[in-house]
Amino acid sequence: MPTVTMTVNGQQVSRDVDPRTLLVDFIRNELHLTGTHVGCDTSQCGACVVHVDGTSQKACTMLAMQADGCEVATIEGLAKNGELHPMQAAFKEHHGLQCGFCTPGMVMSAVDLVQRNPDPDEHEVREWLEGNICRCTGYHNIVKAIQHAAKEMRG
Amino acid sequence: MPDTGAQRVLRKEDNRFLTGRGRYTDDFNRQGQAYGVFVRSEMAHAKIKSVDTSQAEQAPGVVAVFTGKDMEADGVGSLPCGWTVTDRHGNPHKAPPHWPLARDKVRYVGDQVAFVIAETDAQARDAAELVAVDYEPLDAVVETGKALNGPQVHEEAPDNLCFDWEIGDKQATDDAFAKADHVSKVELVNNRLVPNAIEPRAAIGEYDPGGDEYTLYSTSQNPHLLRLILCAFVLNLPEHKVRVVAPDVGGGFGSKIYCYAEETTCVWASKKLDGRPVKWVATRTEAFQADAHGRDHITTAEMALDKDGKFLGMRVDTIANLGAYLSNFSTAVPTYLYGTLLAGQYKTPAIHGNVKAVFTNTAPVDAYRGAGRPEATYVVERLVERCARDLNIDPAEIRRRNFVQPDEFPYQTPVALTYDSGQYELALDEALKMIDYRNFAQRRQESERRGKLRGIGFSAYIEACGIAPSQVVGALGAGVGLWESAQVRFNATGSISVFTGSHSHGQGHETTFAQMVADKFGTDYNNVDIVHGDTGRIPMGMGTYGSRSLAVGGSAILRACDKVVEKGKKIAAHMLEASVDDIEFDQGTFRVAGTDKQKSIGEIAFAAYVPHDFPQDVEPGLDETAFYDPANFTYPSGVHIAEVEIDPDTGETQIADWVAVDDFGRVINPMIVEGQVHGGIAQGVGQALLENTVYDPDSGQLVTGSYQDYTMPRADDLPSFRVGMTETPCPHNPVGAKGCGEAGAIAAPAALMNAITDALGTEDIQMPATREKVWRVAQQRLAPAAE
Ligand code: FES
Ligand code: FES
Repeated sequence: MPTVTMTVNGQQVSRDVDPRTLLVDFIRNELHLTGTHVGCDTSQCGACVVHVDGTSQKACTMLAMQADGCEVATIEGLAKNGELHPMQAAFKEHHGLQCGFCTPGMVMSAVDLVQRNPDPDEHEVREWLEGNICRCTGYHNIVKAIQHAAKEMRG
Repeated sequence: MPDTGAQRVLRKEDNRFLTGRGRYTDDFNRQGQAYGVFVRSEMAHAKIKSVDTSQAEQAPGVVAVFTGKDMEADGVGSLPCGWTVTDRHGNPHKAPPHWPLARDKVRYVGDQVAFVIAETDAQARDAAELVAVDYEPLDAVVETGKALNGPQVHEEAPDNLCFDWEIGDKQATDDAFAKADHVSKVELVNNRLVPNAIEPRAAIGEYDPGGDEYTLYSTSQNPHLLRLILCAFVLNLPEHKVRVVAPDVGGGFGSKIYCYAEETTCVWASKKLDGRPVKWVATRTEAFQADAHGRDHITTAEMALDKDGKFLGMRVDTIANLGAYLSNFSTAVPTYLYGTLLAGQYKTPAIHGNVKAVFTNTAPVDAYRGAGRPEATYVVERLVERCARDLNIDPAEIRRRNFVQPDEFPYQTPVALTYDSGQYELALDEALKMIDYRNFAQRRQESERRGKLRGIGFSAYIEACGIAPSQVVGALGAGVGLWESAQVRFNATGSISVFTGSHSHGQGHETTFAQMVADKFGTDYNNVDIVHGDTGRIPMGMGTYGSRSLAVGGSAILRACDKVVEKGKKIAAHMLEASVDDIEFDQGTFRVAGTDKQKSIGEIAFAAYVPHDFPQDVEPGLDETAFYDPANFTYPSGVHIAEVEIDPDTGETQIADWVAVDDFGRVINPMIVEGQVHGGIAQGVGQALLENTVYDPDSGQLVTGSYQDYTMPRADDLPSFRVGMTETPCPHNPVGAKGCGEAGAIAAPAALMNAITDALGTEDIQMPATREKVWRVAQQRLAPAAE
């Protein structure tokens, strides 16, 4: 079995894996970081979104081996020193989550959006979220949360 | 003391979800666990000639392969239908067996045929491919409208008829039509939906041979009910030896109420493997194939009116598709949760409804958010709108003329229910104001100038929630009681643990219930912990569905709180050397009436567990359990108005505005309630515009079996919503709450379709009003003008 090595939430990890192992399964089953979820098998729901080398990726759509040598960030690494990231805080403040299952992917995806576009309007937020499905919230409060977080992150 | 009783406080559960520390079923892994994968039927209808598992058994890592024959040999029972519907002739519905693993026939694409268990998930998947099933294909029927004349799905059910049921007075209704000045009619399809909670179902079955005990970790909305069904009907296990844990659950919407084949099989298989835990996690494809679907009705409805637009009588004929087998509550959905709601908010004096429920070669259909009530609202509100258009009466005005008035409650409808309270016109007026109805014509003109078609649509809905008074549902055929239970425990150090049979899978009970209890005892809501989702920790429960958690579960909690206060009074009387009758309780303090002698509830709790000087007749402890059985259904109601703008060149329907004015009775946390409304509307919009479950009529294959083919509402399909509320407390439960979880999904489809048909100027379009359909209709409508 080939060995993959990557940095996950700032820690270097190395494992022997079956070559067909998806990044999401690697993160969940090998690293026991279960905040990254699996909601579909066609790369559409976005429950699995993590950051690979700084940008959002669907971890179900990538082999663990493709992330060899990469910097991976998952939802578990977002809060620093027990302080929620502004995006997490905004989701809480604006009730942008209900069952919480889509939430890690939503938050990771939204952080990437704001990195690219520090001041997205409602339309831009909605378009960006094309790849993240939420069945609970109707997106209303997610959109609100992201716009507030963007403001916060602009400082 | 912070008053958190009715406040927009932030959710206690959010931090764990936001930091990736939620614990969903798939996040659990048990020591020594093996992985199960189901072999599912690729045929819509076939005889199973043989199942050859020999190759799969030889595959690497395979632990065992089980088939229906193994279960049969073990005496495993049928997955039951828990609600007996009595047909028009007084006979019970047809109830063919539903084996967890198919025995001699498969009846829909996705039906379970074999269960392959291996050391790893990948090995189980690989081995499942090697199970060779020899089928003899049979003709299949998947279409609701063709079922009555289609190939027979079950020997027990000729014409595929499960039951032919009616409600209301047929003679009185016929008489009303005979004297009508006008009759309006609609023909409606209520499209089949897949609930699609984003967390797929999952289960771990674990048998402990030492204690002869079973544990099931499962994505369930009602762990106790699941345990009951599992033990009493399917696996024949002693209930006290079975623990069901439903940890964090990623959305349910009805689809996680039921006792399914897969969970059952995991528990059974673990016993067969002498205690090896067996885990199964559904793929999304399996969720599409084998989760209980929702809706799927075809209906013709007529209204008899007098010349002033007063409703005289209503006649409804529905064919409801139940799928291949009866899921646990499937029979109740198109009957007692549908036919009973056909009065809507109106005083229609005579109503007759007939429902023919049919079997087809499709996935079982059961309750999906709203369950029967969205279907009823869709019929009533499309029909009422049609009446307004036919008679050229303003749609708001025709509703006003027919509403049940606030002074007419309790109101006995002609379809069994007694409405307890409501202010229908108040909600309508508020909604009209919010959407600026007066200036709609102007907005329409403005759209026209831009070449767009604008429409407005109303939906004045009512639902029967707080499910349900056990006596009533028992009389109607329910196999269970629908109470709720709660235990409220003061710990010695003054914190409070609340154990509730309700289950939260997004609803925020950990916050709302804590607010309510904190308010009762005058403490901070962070001091109150809500425990749910584990039959090993919670005394009893019936779970969460039918918008019942606050109205029924919350009432049970308040009752238990009352008992705690009563008990506290006894302790306070002893400590304050007064008579129990003289002790008053308010905001966390026990006081001897008319004096300043008092003890805080914290002091009482401490004494309760350190009862060094208690007399014989005062029992230690401050820990009480209550069961609450509702006196009646609750009746949330409201008005939603949708305004759309259609581009006739592209068929795109843009939702220009959406206002909702709902009456949920007493609201504890408006933030959470609004969130429930948003989510419900989104599902309703999904139904009206995007979502549809399609089986190929010839092959019976599920065509829409993934997110590539089944259109889920995305963020850019939806607008922001404007949500208002009126508050008419429920008169018969201690919380005063009516329930809010399903309202949006109930109200939305009719509002949106009324708006779309208004814009297009024709009723001739069925849900989902996809871009293509809207474009075709718009082109047709515009064609004569272009000629
Ligand atoms: S799991 Fe659905 S997109 Fe990755
Ligand atoms: S919060 Fe449940 S799917 Fe988004």
